[in-house]
Amino acid sequence: MTTPASTKQRLIIIGNGMVGHHLVEQLVEQGALDRYQVTVFGEERHLAYDRVHLSEYFSGRDADSLALSTADYYAEHGIELRLNEAVLTIDRQANEVVTDQDRYPYDRVVLATGSFPFVPPIPGNDRDGCLVYRTLEDLDAIRAAAEKANTGVVVGGGLLGLEAANALRGLDLDTAVVEFAPRLMPMQVDTEGGELLREKIESLGVQVLTERATQCIEDGDTARHRMVFQDDKILETDLIVFSAGIRPRDELARDCGLEVGERGGVVIDDQCLTSDPQILAIGEVALWNQSIFGLVAPGYQMAKAALSTLMGGETRFQGADMSTKLKLLGVDVGSIGDAHGNQNPGARNFRYLDQIKQEYRKLVVSSDGKQLLGAMLVGDNGYFDTLMQYYDNGLELPDDPASLILPSSEGAPALGPDALPETATICSCHNVTKGDICATIDAGAVDLATVKGDTKASSGCGGCAALLKSVVDHELTARGVEVDQSICEHFAHTRQELYDIVRVEGIKTFGELIETHGHGLGCDICKPAVASILASCFNEPITDAAHVPLQDTNDTFMANMQKNGTYSVVPRIAGGEITPDKLVVLGQVAQKYGLYTKVTGGQRIDLFGARLEDLPDIWGELIEAGFETGHAYGKSLRTVKSCVGSTWCRYGVQDSVGMAIQLENRYKGLRAPHKIKFGVSGCTRECAEAQSKDIGIIATEHGWNLYVCGNGGMRPRHAELFATDLNDEQLYRTIDRFLMFYVRTADRLQRTSVWRENLEGGLDYLKEVILDDSLGLGDELERQMQTVIDNYQCEWADAISDPEKLKRFRSFVNDARPDPDIIFTSERGQLRPA
Amino acid sequence: MNTATALKDEAHTDVTWQTICTKADLVTFSGVAAWLATAEGPAQVAIFYLPGHAQELYAIDHHDPFSDANVIARGIVGDIKGEPVVASPIYKQHFRLEDGSCVEDESVTLRTWPVRFDGEKVVIEA
Repeated sequence: MTTPASTKQRLIIIGNGMVGHHLVEQLVEQGALDRYQVTVFGEERHLAYDRVHLSEYFSGRDADSLALSTADYYAEHGIELRLNEAVLTIDRQANEVVTDQDRYPYDRVVLATGSFPFVPPIPGNDRDGCLVYRTLEDLDAIRAAAEKANTGVVVGGGLLGLEAANALRGLDLDTAVVEFAPRLMPMQVDTEGGELLREKIESLGVQVLTERATQCIEDGDTARHRMVFQDDKILETDLIVFSAGIRPRDELARDCGLEVGERGGVVIDDQCLTSDPQILAIGEVALWNQSIFGLVAPGYQMAKAALSTLMGGETRFQGADMSTKLKLLGVDVGSIGDAHGNQNPGARNFRYLDQIKQEYRKLVVSSDGKQLLGAMLVGDNGYFDTLMQYYDNGLELPDDPASLILPSSEGAPALGPDALPETATICSCHNVTKGDICATIDAGAVDLATVKGDTKASSGCGGCAALLKSVVDHELTARGVEVDQSICEHFAHTRQELYDIVRVEGIKTFGELIETHGHGLGCDICKPAVASILASCFNEPITDAAHVPLQDTNDTFMANMQKNGTYSVVPRIAGGEITPDKLVVLGQVAQKYGLYTKVTGGQRIDLFGARLEDLPDIWGELIEAGFETGHAYGKSLRTVKSCVGSTWCRYGVQDSVGMAIQLENRYKGLRAPHKIKFGVSGCTRECAEAQSKDIGIIATEHGWNLYVCGNGGMRPRHAELFATDLNDEQLYRTIDRFLMFYVRTADRLQRTSVWRENLEGGLDYLKEVILDDSLGLGDELERQMQTVIDNYQCEWADAISDPEKLKRFRSFVNDARPDPDIIFTSERGQLRPA
Repeated sequence: MNTATALKDEAHTDVTWQTICTKADLVTFSGVAAWLATAEGPAQVAIFYLPGHAQELYAIDHHDPFSDANVIARGIVGDIKGEPVVASPIYKQHFRLEDGSCVEDESVTLRTWPVRFDGEKVVIEA
């Protein structure tokens, strides 16, 4: 039963950051809305967004894609969301929250106001161009200031400072980091780790200055500002970003007389209650046991405890682990538990330092060597998950703990999922244990996607994806659920295995493949899949006698079948560029054969309603006029969409149409596990919507930025930035490798977006394979692509010159008349199926 | 049975085997469409040719009842657990070539006709 609104308690949440929003989600999921009428205040104009990935705002993500939710979600659940409305005071006598717009009565309040960046009290710290790095508005300000700047300095070499430095680098500024302590990330790493980190970061062109206390900031000679340090040394820069730690936003609590800590923070107990039991506090504003927790995971745990308190439950906040696994400026840094070994008397160390590969790992173990107390990683976080499991679950260490950090030919050691206890936390963002996962499987989940959906595991930072998959696979296998990867009943192989068989054994026909590696006649699953593999490898015409029975009807007749059995015809219009003469021809052909015409989303023209027997004549006329097939029917390259680019547009910085045509002509005819779409934008305004494509290319002042694995359609996904400022040749080579690696490893009918999400190791792995050539496959992939390119021919031109192939285009083998059951009617001046 | 009836039956048997096309008109491991005269009127038939298999020829209705389009000959031929089937190219239902029954929906069955080679000719009984 739902309680009537009038009798519900009024709950006000102040703050709509990641933690405040998490509490809202918990309220929804745990049924708390039956008891509470909820109002949320947010001071920013944006709805809660992902601050952890804020730096991606500069590498292509926008505010919408960083958003954690939508206004609709709040509305749907009857939660009043008041953004852009700052709370001024809490009137505890009247039990009212006062904003600049109104007074709102409350029964309970949750403070989730977070923190603000600490700006050291240095004379000149308020000069124009002295900024902080916390909100989207801050980032907009940094971006605007960077347009007039050549150099930038980040004050603070901690986690957020290095994030900010990465952002400045991304804005093409010569970047320096100034740190007061003797090393970078003093909280997470020791002297040796810090030295290594410095080397790695300096090698990226970021200047690192440690043990520097800024005395004042004044006018510079060669740049806008001059920073003067304690030893009178100076550094000149155009832009300064302060990232020297955070301070709790506790002013509301102070003003209304709640207990706050000596150095800030609203004091809370295990129930997240402040000194006024009507008011709770969670996240970075809250001070628990003399500690502020500046990470998102502890904030989420506080939100869960707060919810429990509001609902009369028993969940308490009991402190949180501050272990972190980060990638800063591309450098892995990991810290677990007592990484410095200074909280456990008698602790012993194991340390491994490789100055060539620039890796550093340290274990802190109990004096008997049986328990892991802490660990520190620089350079390779591959060791993190296993160490974290030892630490988290108090597992007894192996006899030789050093084996956990020493390099081995098998890579980082992995702790099998069976070694984990039921209580082991798999996903710390959503606090999902191995036991929770087993319970979901016992309740009927039989695949990873269902487990993810039911538990939310791996939907936070995603760091546990590989571990989650191995636990799920292991538990499914343990329950006798066979994880059968066979493509269909005719082949006991995956698509990837079939691809390898075809390539290694040089098998060129389906008949040969099924005879040697399968059985039966095949089916509508394996036949098109094998046809695609054969085409990817050898690129023989798909209408050749050996291949044609394998194809889906669209490929067989090289047109797209519509609901009444007629076809649509899409000639290639590379890059969306077409001459007036050709445009006229398309109109004439459509008139002559009675075709419905529509402009497609891929900047081409689709001619609908073509009868099977008319296709060869239609194509004869199109080819005569210089058209070639558009492969709209194939699991292959479709279009390269482009904006008009620098040749016409006053904002364009590169010739996007020219590049689109180059790319479309390079990859046309490439058959792949699924269709492939490209987009090329001539400037950062992104009019070609390249970031929704499998391959997206955006022009920069210096070349091209490459984005990969985007998708529109049913499940939209933004493409991810893969490489920056490539020249034309580098761009072709990178795409050659990327596409061939996709062709080689993806499952059938798997778009690049889904492939990427299922790829173990994710984007980093993909970059290693494609950009760093970690598998040594680069040359081979490029050669394979060259074979496809060299063997390209227009399939329609091939077919209409071959009378045997044309025989297939007869409506009936014993009557030349068209199918009388195809009937059209007209609508808006064109025909359509009746 | 009198002689006249016997003769008439014999004559009928002869004309029921209609020549549809030649072997050269067929596409191996795939289908072609043709017109067929039946007692109920002209019908569109899909003829599939699986050379080297126990039964090499199948004749099944070209009309797909799920999409109401004449497209069955353009489907992919295969087998499900050894039974030869064709998949409709529109919504992908499978029909058994042997008896026309639909794998996904028991209530649907396509018409089938006996078909064989007569030398180079393809003949169907209807």
